[in-house]
Amino acid sequence: MIVADRKSLEEILAMVENNKKILILGCKGCVTVCNVGGLKEVEILASSIRIARKKSGKDIDIDINVLERQCDREYVAGIKDTVGDYEAVISLACGVGPQFLSEMYTDQTFYPGVNTTFFGGATEHGVWEERCAGCGTCAIHLFGGLCPVARCAKSLLHGPCGGSSDGRCEVNKDTECIWDTIVRKKMEQGRLEDLMGVRGPKDWQTARDGGPRRSIREELIQGNI
Amino acid sequence: MSELKSGSNLEKVLKAGHFAFTGECGPPKGANVEHLKEKLAHLKGHVDAVNMTDNQTAVVRMSSLAGSAIMIGEGSEPNFQMVCRDRNRLAIMSDILGAYSLGIRNMLCLSGDHQTFGNHPQAKNVHDIDSMQLIALVKKMRDEGKFMNGEDIDVPPKMFIGAACNPFADPYEYRVYRLANKIEAGADFIQTQCIFNMDKFRDFMKKVVDMGLHEKCYILAGVTPMKNAGMANFMSKFVPGMDIPESLIKRLKGVDKKDQAEEGIKFALEQVEEFKEMKGVAGVHMMAIEWEHMVPEIAERAGVLPRPAV
Repeated sequence: MIVADRKSLEEILAMVENNKKILILGCKGCVTVCNVGGLKEVEILASSIRIARKKSGKDIDIDINVLERQCDREYVAGIKDTVGDYEAVISLACGVGPQFLSEMYTDQTFYPGVNTTFFGGATEHGVWEERCAGCGTCAIHLFGGLCPVARCAKSLLHGPCGGSSDGRCEVNKDTECIWDTIVRKKMEQGRLEDLMGVRGPKDWQTARDGGPRRSIREELIQGNI
Repeated sequence: MSELKSGSNLEKVLKAGHFAFTGECGPPKGANVEHLKEKLAHLKGHVDAVNMTDNQTAVVRMSSLAGSAIMIGEGSEPNFQMVCRDRNRLAIMSDILGAYSLGIRNMLCLSGDHQTFGNHPQAKNVHDIDSMQLIALVKKMRDEGKFMNGEDIDVPPKMFIGAACNPFADPYEYRVYRLANKIEAGADFIQTQCIFNMDKFRDFMKKVVDMGLHEKCYILAGVTPMKNAGMANFMSKFVPGMDIPESLIKRLKGVDKKDQAEEGIKFALEQVEEFKEMKGVAGVHMMAIEWEHMVPEIAERAGVLPRPAV
């Protein structure tokens, strides 16, 4: 899923500093699963802003709502009759949400309430880790099912670099050296030869380097499926 | 290794069977050419080639390409270092052509320290290709006369291809295989990470010799003389991939502060003596970090002077 972190209350307060009536809009997709933009988080943010504004003597009127998905025009259209009632809207969806909203409601201001961080999953309660860089050419099967593009700080295809120690990444001791894990897995399997030889340079055209990406499914466009 | 691949001095020295002795010089943090020339003057005639580092530890400095060109003007032979952190494949190939055009004949292919450790941690890193792929690329440009995409190069760059090896990083058992892979990719010579743990390095070299890797590639053992116990402590704690035995730190601490530099040099000289006899070691890479002026004395006392004229 897409993982995000809530922006600080200070940053959000600064965004809506001059607004007296706003909407906080959550999303039931990924950000609900990673506990950053679901109904609960929307309510918490609304209360926090109300309290802070009351303290500073500048009361604010806040409504809340949570869409099924902010990355889907069908659901985004669901607020068309009310979105104009507010001076601004804070979206707690990933970076896709406030953009779909901005594209549909061109006169309204949408603030991102979260920082979208990565594609990953929860490794324990309250901890999420990156697993995929969305490079567009998946080759994890070549590396024991683990992705060095996303999980090595240098995206090495022939690791580990000389800084690996005790299975930890030199950049951050809290981060696993994924190459250490890949090598050890191959050694245990007796398949070290899988890592020998020189892999050709990666084709980054399918990654962000090739420009903004688009996925086209002709069969869906034609209505065959 | 019948014909010369690059014709560099370093290649000739190694091919003639001499025990090679290379040095290192960091370019200035600015355009202070005079200071660079002063540092280079200490090394001239005392080493076979001098590594010109490339934004080492991810700190911005004068480009290694310019530093290498200045070195040629000063009469020494550069070993032009190139990291994959700061250039994509276009810049890499273009700089290789530029380097060769300026008379550079040795190149050390590196991934590069992560920018987190440097003075611009906010930077985007490139890592379009990695060090293994860089080695293969320089070889392809030299031996096939082709760019990465297969197009012909009009006058291909003939480089003596170097690579790094850290026998002390984890997982240790894999390191010799990664070295083998670099040699397979096209490395002509290897300069190892600074060696302090001699027991581990002896074991590593035994593995190297058992696999016959020393017959396919020249291996230069990395030596850094410690200036004092504080430096040893710092490197042990803060430089990734360093293996500094407690016994060495103790040895340095065991003498007066004013004598610690001499003790550090003594240890380095003992290492050089052992490397001269160690099977599979073809020379020493002396990394006297910001201590270039000590290299003449170290080389003299190590008994590696005069350097062979080949």
